[in-house]
Amino acid sequence: MSEGPSYGFDTLQIHAGSRPDPETGARQTPIYQTTAYVFRNADHAAALFNLQEVGYIYSRLTNPTVAVLQERIATLEGGIGGVCCSSGHAAQIMALFPLMGPGCNVVTSNRLYGGTVTQFGRTIHRFGWSARFVDTENLEEVDAAIDENTRAVFCESIANPGGYITDIEALAKLSEKHGIPLIVDNTSASPFLCRPIEHGATLVVHSTTKYLTGNGTVTGGAIVDSGEFNWSRNDKFPSLSQPESAYHGLKFHETFGPLAFVFHGIAVGLRDLGMTMNPQAAHYTLLGIETLSLRMKKHVDNALKVATWLERDPRVETVTYAGLPSSPYFERIAKVCPKGAGALFTFAVKGGYEACIKLVESLEIFSHVVNLGDTRSLVTHSASTTHRQLTPEQQKAAGAEPNVVRLSIGIEDPDDLIADLDKALTAATT
Amino acid sequence: MAVPATRELSDDQYRSLLKETKCFACVGVSANPLRPSYFVIRYLALAGYRVIPVNPAYEGMSLFGEKVVADLASIREDAEPDIVDIFRRPQEVPAIVEQAISLFPNLKAIWMQIGIKCPEAAALAESNNVVAIQNRCPKIERQRLFGELRMAGFNTRVISSRLKI
Repeated sequence: MSEGPSYGFDTLQIHAGSRPDPETGARQTPIYQTTAYVFRNADHAAALFNLQEVGYIYSRLTNPTVAVLQERIATLEGGIGGVCCSSGHAAQIMALFPLMGPGCNVVTSNRLYGGTVTQFGRTIHRFGWSARFVDTENLEEVDAAIDENTRAVFCESIANPGGYITDIEALAKLSEKHGIPLIVDNTSASPFLCRPIEHGATLVVHSTTKYLTGNGTVTGGAIVDSGEFNWSRNDKFPSLSQPESAYHGLKFHETFGPLAFVFHGIAVGLRDLGMTMNPQAAHYTLLGIETLSLRMKKHVDNALKVATWLERDPRVETVTYAGLPSSPYFERIAKVCPKGAGALFTFAVKGGYEACIKLVESLEIFSHVVNLGDTRSLVTHSASTTHRQLTPEQQKAAGAEPNVVRLSIGIEDPDDLIADLDKALTAATT
Repeated sequence: MAVPATRELSDDQYRSLLKETKCFACVGVSANPLRPSYFVIRYLALAGYRVIPVNPAYEGMSLFGEKVVADLASIREDAEPDIVDIFRRPQEVPAIVEQAISLFPNLKAIWMQIGIKCPEAAALAESNNVVAIQNRCPKIERQRLFGELRMAGFNTRVISSRLKI
């Protein structure tokens, strides 16, 4: 598609996708709380079902409120289009679904959110898919893990539970060499801090539950396609390059060109997997995105202050925040996420597992929850919650050892956050 | 992607071109409803354009109210294409463009579909004051600029607080 006029991030996060409602002039995007849409006539209905025309049929597939959110996220990520769905986990399945088939594998970073380790390491086996976990610091290991059945490489931009920043460009080049797409989970960074497509990623997935919504109100997910990958370049992606029997033998990539992945996501993915985002959730996330850049700046400023304070505290063993000069990944920030290393990191408490539990229970401002990217500061002991189902080796690879506490730094007064941690550290270590 | 040989049109220029155009000649169109070219002419015809299908293999067949002609020279005098939309391999493009320029003095644009680039033919068109568009689809651009792709979550790059653009 042609290049339109270019606008700054702060303008796009408010305006992209959102136009005044044509019927009423309503300036805020209305919540179109409807299941179905009336057809103009029988020919129109047939054309929509044949994918000859674009339009609304049924809200499992498309909805005007959700479409505004899809366009906004796709625009902020610099992609050609996006599909929203019910959660970040749904987004990961929706991203893999058009690429994979029984016997296929995804080569994935081992520095992942624990829920993803479980989804990829166990649950997807029931579809006949598998995942190969690799250390993305060792590109030869990644290269060797990719075989003729590999259909994608997967990583997180800023890895959860924090401290690690992926060299997206290096993985993108490797994926390109093998003729497969790189999928980047950009949840912990948000498109304000990192735009993986600019580094060569083909697909970007989000849990919109986190920074995009920002207030911890609704769950949701999104998949953004760069529109740059040639799905017909080899025989690895038959769902996109070969005839689709449910649509009279239409070939998605041949027919829709760069729009193929998104149309497939709607016309096959949402139609048959049904992991749909509801318009109410899209509404909350649209409101959240309007202030994304303002919040992310404050999240990053606060995270750096808190991490710096923790690193100097004798009761703390280590702090993993990549924004600290002591981090082995500090140099990578300038390349991958120049506006900051996010607001998610871990620290190890002297006193181990027991001290961690006591610390978590002694905090007043920080909330003990398994979420991140909220305006509120959040604390999790990953080893006993989000990363509980992992083996000790997997916990170590993910940075979720038993003596480690994960913080998602909110946008409160940073001095109050430091005072809260100070008091809880005293309670935990004396 | 390499820098295109031709100057890229702005969105306003695409909008004017698509609004001022009344007639397309689509060279290399298929009569198979599953082929991309059929999707495109079906869309353009439903959008209200006169669409003259050009393909010797289907000569005489009727598609969307128009008889398929064998080549541009066989288009009857009552139809004068504003845009010649090309669905043929790049090596066939120069001859089509030469013919189009000599036949249609009021031609506005040569449009080469996605996957088709021919800088030499584009330069020839531009030297005759005919706009040349390469590697794009008029269906996608019209759907993008006039609101349809918004319904499916595409990045249309259209930003406006006006009720009607």
